[in-house]
Amino acid sequence: MPSSRRPRSAPGASWLLKTATWGGVLFLHVPLALIILYAFSSEDKSYVFPPPGLTTQWFAVTLGRTDVWAAVTLSVQVAALSTAIAIVLGTLAAGALARWQFFGRETISLLLILPLALPGVITGIALRSAYHTLEIPFSFWTIVVGHATFCVVVVYNNAVARLRRISPSLLEASMDLGANAFQTFRYVLLPQLGSALLAGGLLAFALSFDEVIVTTFTAGQQTTLPIWMVQELIRPRQRPVTNVVAVFIIALTFIPIVAAYWLTRSGEDGSAR
Amino acid sequence: MSTAAVPATRLAPSLSDRLSTLIFSRRGLLPGLLILPPLLWFGIVYLGSLLSLLANAFFSIDEFSGAVVRDISFGNFVAIFSPTNLDVALRSTAMSLSVTAACIAIGFPIAYYMARHARGTGKALLYVAVMLPLWSSYLVRLYAWKLLLAKEGAISWVLQAVGLQWLLDGVLSLPVVGGSSLSFSPLGTFIVFVYMWLPFVILPIQAAIERIPASCLEASADLGAHPAQTFRKVIVPLAMPGIAAGSIFSFSLTLGDYIIPQVIGNSTLYIGQVVYRQQGVAGNLPFAAAFSLVPIVVIGVYLWLAKRKGAFDAL
Repeated sequence: MPSSRRPRSAPGASWLLKTATWGGVLFLHVPLALIILYAFSSEDKSYVFPPPGLTTQWFAVTLGRTDVWAAVTLSVQVAALSTAIAIVLGTLAAGALARWQFFGRETISLLLILPLALPGVITGIALRSAYHTLEIPFSFWTIVVGHATFCVVVVYNNAVARLRRISPSLLEASMDLGANAFQTFRYVLLPQLGSALLAGGLLAFALSFDEVIVTTFTAGQQTTLPIWMVQELIRPRQRPVTNVVAVFIIALTFIPIVAAYWLTRSGEDGSAR
Repeated sequence: MSTAAVPATRLAPSLSDRLSTLIFSRRGLLPGLLILPPLLWFGIVYLGSLLSLLANAFFSIDEFSGAVVRDISFGNFVAIFSPTNLDVALRSTAMSLSVTAACIAIGFPIAYYMARHARGTGKALLYVAVMLPLWSSYLVRLYAWKLLLAKEGAISWVLQAVGLQWLLDGVLSLPVVGGSSLSFSPLGTFIVFVYMWLPFVILPIQAAIERIPASCLEASADLGAHPAQTFRKVIVPLAMPGIAAGSIFSFSLTLGDYIIPQVIGNSTLYIGQVVYRQQGVAGNLPFAAAFSLVPIVVIGVYLWLAKRKGAFDAL
């Protein structure tokens, strides 16, 4: 896009502004780069910098750890199921709230955002007290219920933004041509909505995969990957293994995030031009 | 529409056709059906849990058996106002406010540059650079700071290399913020909080500045305002909803977090830690429930203030 779209009212940024900006970007990214360096460190007793030597042996050690694999498996299962529930509920909510005006609409959209807007500790202790009151024992499902609840808003946000950009005349045309509601959903709405749902689902997955605060209240004795990580952070036992796991998590979460960004971005460009 | 256009095969409507007709037969039936499952989920799971939280706050615990006594009492609320607990609440609020202030101070220039100076690929890259940390693993980023702030870690090493070790030692010997190393000091906790929530603050501010029409700035300049005046009188007020929106995130997230102060910091407690310990180690769920109402109230007040600044128009 040529810059002619916007008048060039802003002259060149001052060096101070540039320094502040790129300094801030460095502040955000140097720690992540450091994690990758540490995964290769040969030191296993402290966090000494610079690492005394570099090695790849810890990757093999980590791959052989059954506790790490068990935690990864549980986290993936929880995230997959929570995301599936969030996609269904988030899409339904977006469908109802995107265009129709009705009593309580604002309250419902606030309700959807609340689990993410309030500190996780509140959602966590609320679920914990509900389970305790109803005498529900901790299980895989108690984790999933919590995760699905705060993942809904992520899918909802993506779906509602897309739905508001889809022209209503498209749906009217489909109905006028004799398609019923389900056919219109399947052949007209879903193809338009698909990439937004995929993006929302990816972000929901990343959110659930990484969540620790609500999880500590709803997991009981179960160990998801973030809970495993917290235990290592508070009482480091196997520093090199933790370093390698951290790198795996970076790699695993970067993929869905970048994919989600790309999916929503191309969708926006498509309708804007 | 005439029925003549309907093909012969559709004269006998299928089940889905009939359902479809039924759905459209009444106004409001379709949105009602759509909203029903999410509403049930949030009504039962979320609001139900919050109600049980509220109920638990009025219960108490039997000192001998440790069982929850389901009688209404206000003992927990009296206990909240004990000096120790009040101290925790005030310290957490003060930490949240200072983290929010620092996030705005660091985030505003980045947001401003992104919105008004960056173009094309540079802008997309900056956006990704801010968004990636926002979504990437909270624990991994926390772990990175454990590495950075450790006594033998990278920050110490860099400061030693440039001959500024005395500065670090001086800061760490300060009474309130200092500690044995950055990793075990309130200053360390503060730095990590700022780092964690910075992207949450940048993005709403950037969106708000982006929305300022260029004509407003031109008008300001044409009317003879110095760039600094334009900044103060036009840009900052118009960016205020974004600043308020971003600050909600940093404030609320700091107030409830209990992992960061547990990993980085000395043994001073914050609200989240008290809630977590009371329900876990101490086994006093009713008190944990009552204490978790403290951040709800504080955030309620903060949201009310932010709403007056127009934060919800910028979310």
